[in-house]
Amino acid sequence: MPETAFLDARGEVLRDLPDFAREPETLRALYTAMVRARTFDAKAIALQRTGRLGTYASSLGQEAVSVGVAAAMAEEDVFLPSFREHGGQLWRGVTPEELFLYWGGDERGNDFAGPRQDFPVCVPVAAQFPHAAGVALAMQQTGEGVAVAIGGDGATSKGDFYEALNVVGAWDLPAVFVINNNQWAISMPRTEQTRARTLADKAVAAGLPGEQVDGNDVIAVREATARAIGRARGGEGGTLVECVSYRLGDHTTADDASRYRDDAEVSAHWKEEPLIRLRNHLVAEHGWGKAEEDALLRSCHDEIEAAAERYLATAPQPARAMFAHLYASLPEDVAAQAGEAGDG
Amino acid sequence: MAEHTMIDAIRMALSRALDEDETVILFGQDIGIDGGVFRATNGLMQRFGSGRVRDTPLSETVIAGMCVGAAAHGLRPVAEIQFMGFLYSAIDQLANHAARLRNRTRGRLSCPMVLRAPFGGGIKAPEHHSESMEAMLAHIPGLRVVVPGSPTRAYGLLLAAIRDPDPVVFLEPKRLYRAGGEPVEDTGAALPIEQAEVLQEGDDVTLISWGAMLTEAREAVETLADEGISAELVDLSSLKPIDRATLRASVEKTGRCVIVHEAPLTAGLGAEIAADLAEHCLISLLAPVRRVTGYDTVMPYLRLEASYLPSTDRVLRAVRDVMEFA
Repeated sequence: MPETAFLDARGEVLRDLPDFAREPETLRALYTAMVRARTFDAKAIALQRTGRLGTYASSLGQEAVSVGVAAAMAEEDVFLPSFREHGGQLWRGVTPEELFLYWGGDERGNDFAGPRQDFPVCVPVAAQFPHAAGVALAMQQTGEGVAVAIGGDGATSKGDFYEALNVVGAWDLPAVFVINNNQWAISMPRTEQTRARTLADKAVAAGLPGEQVDGNDVIAVREATARAIGRARGGEGGTLVECVSYRLGDHTTADDASRYRDDAEVSAHWKEEPLIRLRNHLVAEHGWGKAEEDALLRSCHDEIEAAAERYLATAPQPARAMFAHLYASLPEDVAAQAGEAGDG
Repeated sequence: MAEHTMIDAIRMALSRALDEDETVILFGQDIGIDGGVFRATNGLMQRFGSGRVRDTPLSETVIAGMCVGAAAHGLRPVAEIQFMGFLYSAIDQLANHAARLRNRTRGRLSCPMVLRAPFGGGIKAPEHHSESMEAMLAHIPGLRVVVPGSPTRAYGLLLAAIRDPDPVVFLEPKRLYRAGGEPVEDTGAALPIEQAEVLQEGDDVTLISWGAMLTEAREAVETLADEGISAELVDLSSLKPIDRATLRASVEKTGRCVIVHEAPLTAGLGAEIAADLAEHCLISLLAPVRRVTGYDTVMPYLRLEASYLPSTDRVLRAVRDVMEFA
């Protein structure tokens, strides 16, 4: 299974573009979403470095995976992201303020106003895949929707991933599993993670189609995911999509990748990152100029800055909030402890 | 009226739930045409179809994880784990996801699911099939853990668990599955899910137990009555949350307490109950709270099983000790 792409690293068109990629407004929307995600990312890191955000997992360099997948989904579908898919969450309607709240250590960030049925990020690696199978089971009963879960390359070594992939295959569940293969699971490179030729090959064991695409090409990601979602929606079952990208940043703000990764490797991958190629394509084919670029950067900057201000101005929940959503109704047993925690 | 065993009562409750709520769905290993290894789901696939009573591939992780996804997206999954010894790989899904989805989304998503699992020894099963590790589950915030002590209570508590808006682990004492029957009326009435049940009132000493050990506790209560000792017997039923008010009220009345459980002693639920009574009932206590439990050993193979499980004699010795203390 070759790694398919529509744009090369410089933005040259490699093959016939899918219909959506001939529409300038669609391409601009995809580009805007990736710039927005990267702007959010930079602000989140800045906030963390100045003690105003918790440990944060950067999505730098992988914006095309997250945005491309989310852009292929319908509103009623359910997104089950890992902790590095901010771009997709933003595309789906989660606000930057809500994401800051989450990464700032406030549960209210998961109570987003946008896609109410979407799952919050899944921190335990690969556990979102069984959830996606369950969501897809509920969808199979009603005949509406597709569950789309994303995990990293490391997640494909977990039993949760294989076991969920297997039941998706066995039951023809309407689920799409996407691997954001950013080549690094903290300090373990993809080459040491598994002897499998590609991660998409892992679909074979479940009897599912598996496909590998260039995860730095948002057109390829969206196109492959859309085909997979289309099959699921048509009752043809699940698909595994591997998006080959690269983690340009550290694993999280608590990590220092220079301990295990050469700078030269990172520099080389900067030449393949996803934004430049789409910008070059927009410039060459769709009249994108400096004015458009500057206006976009300014509006993303302003939006993210304003969101950060609102986040920083949000008072923490009272201590009693720990008990507010523990159960639908708080058992007497625990209620006494809520009194002790008080409103401090 | 016909007598029903606990396994009959569980099947009746599952059938009633499937009948009254179309969002209820059953899945687990071999629960379809085979009716489950203990036959709890016997005939349900034939009646409700293989779409609602589904055999899953052999994966406890997926069974528990699918419950989370399905419950969050509108179903009420009731899943079976064949034996508690195989539940450990599902604990990640229970602790990290099922029990905290409501909390971490501030109520946006919730997880109305039931995970049923037979637990405990006494049926001469192979290794890994006889453990009582309920305390591990009772330690998980956001979860409910329920253990029925009779067919009637199994019926009412399982219906309560299925209708509950939060995740419930329903541990079924498999020694009681076919230990005896009683008439169970299929009224659809649930029992209060977090309430302990006073099975017999008494004045001199409180026995607290749950699940299969209620058998030995009940035998002890009868023997003690012959000796002129009036024992109160409480079926804890809800292991999380604990109905502390009922336990405290009983011990404040009797002044003495013996806790009986099959699970190992250290960090077992008896410890939590004893600590609670020490904190809240010290003035009423006439003797130290005693625990009669399984040993802190690996569950032995079947030849030594009877030596591991607390016997009626051990319960009686503990009660006589506290009676002699004061």
